[in-house]
This record gives sequence, structure tokens and C-alpha cells, in this order.
Amino acid sequence: MIEATPPGLILIVGSFISVLLPARIRNVFMLLLPIMGIWQLTQLTHGLHVQIELFDQTLTLLRVDKLSLVFGYIFFIAAELSIIYAWHIKDLVQQVAGLAYAGAAIGAVFAGDLVSLFVFWELTAITSVFLIWAVRTDRSLKIGLRYLLIQVGSGVLLLTGALVLRHETNSIAFEHIGIESLGGILIFIAFGIKAAFPLLHNWLQDSYPEATVTGTVFLSAFTTKLAIYALARGYAGTEILIWIGAVMTAFPIFFAVIENNLRRVLTYSLNNQLGFMVVGIGIGTELALNGAASHAFAHILYKALLFMSMGAVLFRTGTINGSELGGLYKSMPWTTGLCIIGAASISGFPLFSGFVTKSMILTAAAEEGYWMAWAVLLFASAGVFHHSGIKIPFFAFFAHDQGHRVREAPINMLVAMGLAAALCIAIGVYPEPLYALLPYPVNYVPYTTAHVVTMLQLLAFAALAFAVLMRTGLYPPELRSTNLDTDWFYRHLAPKLVRSFVQCLSELGDELARWGQMGVGFILGRAFQYHGPGSWLARTWPIGGSALCVLILLGGYLIVYFI
Amino acid sequence: MTDHEKLDDGAKRWLDRPGSVDIIFWILCLVCGVLFLADAFYVKHPHFEVEYLFGFYALFGFVFSVGLVLSAKELRRFLKRGEDYYD
Repeated sequence: MIEATPPGLILIVGSFISVLLPARIRNVFMLLLPIMGIWQLTQLTHGLHVQIELFDQTLTLLRVDKLSLVFGYIFFIAAELSIIYAWHIKDLVQQVAGLAYAGAAIGAVFAGDLVSLFVFWELTAITSVFLIWAVRTDRSLKIGLRYLLIQVGSGVLLLTGALVLRHETNSIAFEHIGIESLGGILIFIAFGIKAAFPLLHNWLQDSYPEATVTGTVFLSAFTTKLAIYALARGYAGTEILIWIGAVMTAFPIFFAVIENNLRRVLTYSLNNQLGFMVVGIGIGTELALNGAASHAFAHILYKALLFMSMGAVLFRTGTINGSELGGLYKSMPWTTGLCIIGAASISGFPLFSGFVTKSMILTAAAEEGYWMAWAVLLFASAGVFHHSGIKIPFFAFFAHDQGHRVREAPINMLVAMGLAAALCIAIGVYPEPLYALLPYPVNYVPYTTAHVVTMLQLLAFAALAFAVLMRTGLYPPELRSTNLDTDWFYRHLAPKLVRSFVQCLSELGDELARWGQMGVGFILGRAFQYHGPGSWLARTWPIGGSALCVLILLGGYLIVYFI
Repeated sequence: MTDHEKLDDGAKRWLDRPGSVDIIFWILCLVCGVLFLADAFYVKHPHFEVEYLFGFYALFGFVFSVGLVLSAKELRRFLKRGEDYYD
């Protein structure tokens, strides 16, 4: 029975049932579902379960191994935290969409073949877009449509790749794929879109900061980490991922420094953190893959915590712009403290979760001799401390007091943040239980004198740099602005090109019509000239003239005949 | 009494006092100094030559952080547009 039910279905079916329940019971019911799911995962045995035959193909809805389990556990935990955080919500659309979305992501993690993966992949897109549309403005409608178009596009690529791969290898099993074949490349791009590879990334920064307060917390956990899981399964050891990942860790931090919307700053840092995992997958050694999986696990928790704290700020003050915030530590001290725990975790301070996970990827890069990737990751570690570790708490809770006097975050939000913070510290202090969940045996020791001292040096001097820049007035102020990113191509350039193309066509049409009119006018004019009243051909001629014409014609004929 | 006044207890916080931020800054400087010198007191196990450099991580952290912020600031010249640019 346990192994006859794909874990994702618990949440998907649960989301349908919850529609029928009265509001009070619905919340409790939703809260119990992820707990049931986690319990189920503890009971599963490794192997392939729930296989169904469809059109000669075997679909595997439940494949259990260590890689799928570690993502399964963290997805259920993230779902539970998000549900607690959204406890006060009365909006049925968000509740159902959030639950079904989490279920779809979990379903995808346990899918053993590419077709089932595709189905759940698309389901995550269709369910999650409602968390953006639930803002219920024209703006959110447009953003949701852009988001949906790109997400569904990724799914279409995945299905196309799967079909090509089926043709090439005669199998749809979701195992290692590699980029040696056309099908492999198509699927690689499909995964790359959801993992927010450089130049394919901008849907992330476009949509996540614009979802509802609670919706963003759901969104931050699933879609991108599902892509990380899929890359780890299908493309471990693909060297190009090291360079893609290195670029991913570096370029978003420049945007994060100048971005004003603090939830968008967090989205850029999400993008940067995904880069670390992508590098780990690209290196592909046991240490690196353990690093990628454990970093995904830790990342989901601290990123959710940071989005929750910024969501609480938005919920209470009505704004999330750095330029309009400051001094909130007086009104929201608990949120401030919890946010700082999230900030310390993402920055990789000793005793916090990032320290014991990110360092595995850095060590793996160094051990394999990728000095350039290692240096970029080190730079990105200092950079992430700058924008997520310092900028977020500093501009929201300290900086200049903007006079917001609001209440502390609602108790359910504080409980969710508290649980996430406790897990961040627990992993940082005692990483062994997390290490035991990882795909390969762990021989890595995070707490060595050298590691602690060097990490503290890096972070303390990065903080010193921030302090010096602030005191000298060189730090760029928070400004109300839009910063151009790759979405400029499809939000500005493409519509402009289409508009000018349409205008060209209409001008060409006008010109052709004008020529047509001129042509018709010319023909009519000529016809009128020869056939109109009083014209040459319409004149009445005397009979003698006709006889003379016939005479000349016949005379000419005779001459030609005799010659 | 409005909601705003009720929520503002009016108490001056330690951070609001002039000089408090200076104290934090100098403590940070002290911590940095201690950490920099700490390099002399443990055995390194580096993967790369450059890590042998005294205070490498400290220098790397400072230099690249300043570089990051200043270059991001310059990027604003090219990337910054009005808030309603796409509307």
C-alpha cells in the first residue's frame, strides 16, 4: 500500500479534497498532508514501484533511491513550512494551487521515466502560475502569462527531447542522459530554463518577486530545485555545467547590489545559489554531488526563511523597496532576528547551514583542480554575503528609520520562520543527519580550524568592505528604478521590432494600394481618352473614309503578294 | 491616539545614539585585525599556491567586495531606467 502510492499524489489529491472542507478544518488537513508524506518516505524501499503500461511504454511513477529521497524530504518540509506561513490566508485559489504545486514537484522527483517527468514538470508550471495571478492585478496577469509561456515552453522542449531520445536509444527511462545526442541537448535546455541558466534566467527575477506574500515562499522552494535534481540525475559530470554554474554564481550578484526591490534581490541571490549547485553537478564527483544535493537542501530552508521575513515586511508595511524601508528592527524585532539567521546561513557563517554544504562544492572544485571555478565561487561567496547577508537585513531593518511603526509579523509567520531558522542552525551545528541522507557516503569534515578561520576572514573583510563603503558614501544608494536584464529583449526589443514590422507592412500595403489606384486610374484615363465621348475611336466617320481605308489595305496586300 | 502612536513606544534605542555605529565599526575592525593575524597560528592545507599568501582570504574578501560594489555601481549607468520603463 505504502509503495503503491506516489508521494506527490498525497498532496495533489489532498488539494482537491481540501476544496470540499470548511475553512477551519482545511488548514489542519493541509498541515497534516506533508507530515503524512514524510512518514511515507521513511517507509519506502529503494527500487522501482508503481509501473503502468501505456501505449507500449512502461511509465514509472515511483522510483526510490537516495537522490530522489533527499529532494523528497526537503520538498515535504518546504511544503509544511509554506503552509504554516500561509495559515492566515483565506484565499482558496492560493491554498489549492500551493499544495498541488508542491505535490507536482514531489511527483516529478520520484518519476522514473521522462514522460511522467514531463507530466509533473508541466503540472508545476500550471499550478504555480496561480500563486502569481492571485495578486489579481493587470500587472500580475501579464507577469503570470510570461511566466507560464516560458515554463510550458521548457516542458515542450523536454517532451520533444524525450521523443528524440526514445528514437535514438529506444528507452524513455530517466537515467543519466548526457549532451552527446540531440535528444540529450534538448532536455538539457529544458532543464536549463527551469534551473535559470544565464540568459535563460530572467523569468525568475520577473515573476517570483511579483507573486503574493505567501506565494513567493512556495515558489522559491520547488521549480528551480526540481531542475537541480533533474540535472543531477541526467547530467552529472557534464563539464560545461561547471562554467555555466560559475557564470550563474557571479553575474546575478552585480544585479543584486543595485536592485531596490528586496524580494527581487533575494531572487538574484537564489539564482546565484543555484549556480553553486550547478557547478557541483558539473564536477560530478561523489563529494561534489553530495555538495549539490546538501546545498539544495540547506538552500531551500534559508531561502524560504529569507523570503518569509521579507514577505512579513511587505505584509506589514505594504512595500518591499529598500528605498522606502529602514528602522524596522524597532517594530519587528523577531522578524529581524530570524532574517539575520537566514542571512548568516546563506552567507555560510560557521554554525549555520550554508557553511557545511556550500564548502563541499568549493572543496570538490579545488580537489579536481578547477582553480578558476574555485576562485569564482569564492568571489560569489563574498558577494552573496554582501547582498543577502548584509544588504537585505540592513536596508529592511536598520539603515535610516523611515518611520514605519507596524506590528510584529503574525504568529503563524513567526512560527514558520522560527522552524526554518531552527533547521538552519541544526544543520550548521550538527550536519550528520543531513549527510546521512545524501546520495553517497560522506567523508567530508566541515569543521577544521583552517576552514573556520578562512571563512570568517572572507566574511569579516567583506563586511569591512561594506562598512568602509557606507562610511565613505561610495555605496550605491537604494533608488526607485528598473534595471535592464535579459527580459529587455522580450519585453522591449521584441515588441518594438514587431510593432515596426507591422508598421512597415501597413506602410507597404498603403503604398501598394496607392500604386494600384494609380494603375487603375491610368487605364481608365486611357480608355476614356480613346473611347470616351468625342474621342478618336468614338467619332462617326463618313462612308468614303472607310472605302478609302479598305482600298489602301487591298492595295498594300496586292503589292506584298507580287513581291 | 492613532495606531501609529500606539505602536511607537518612543524609547530611544542604543543604535540611535550618536557614536553607537562608530563603536560597531571599530569592533568590526578589531575582529578583522584578529582574524588577519590568526593566519599565523594554524597549519594550512591549501589546494592552490595562492592560499599560502598571508591573509589571502581576508584580502580576497575585501578587494573583491569593494570591486563588486563599485563595478555594480558603474553598471547602473547602462542598466538603470525609470520605474515604469516597461509600462
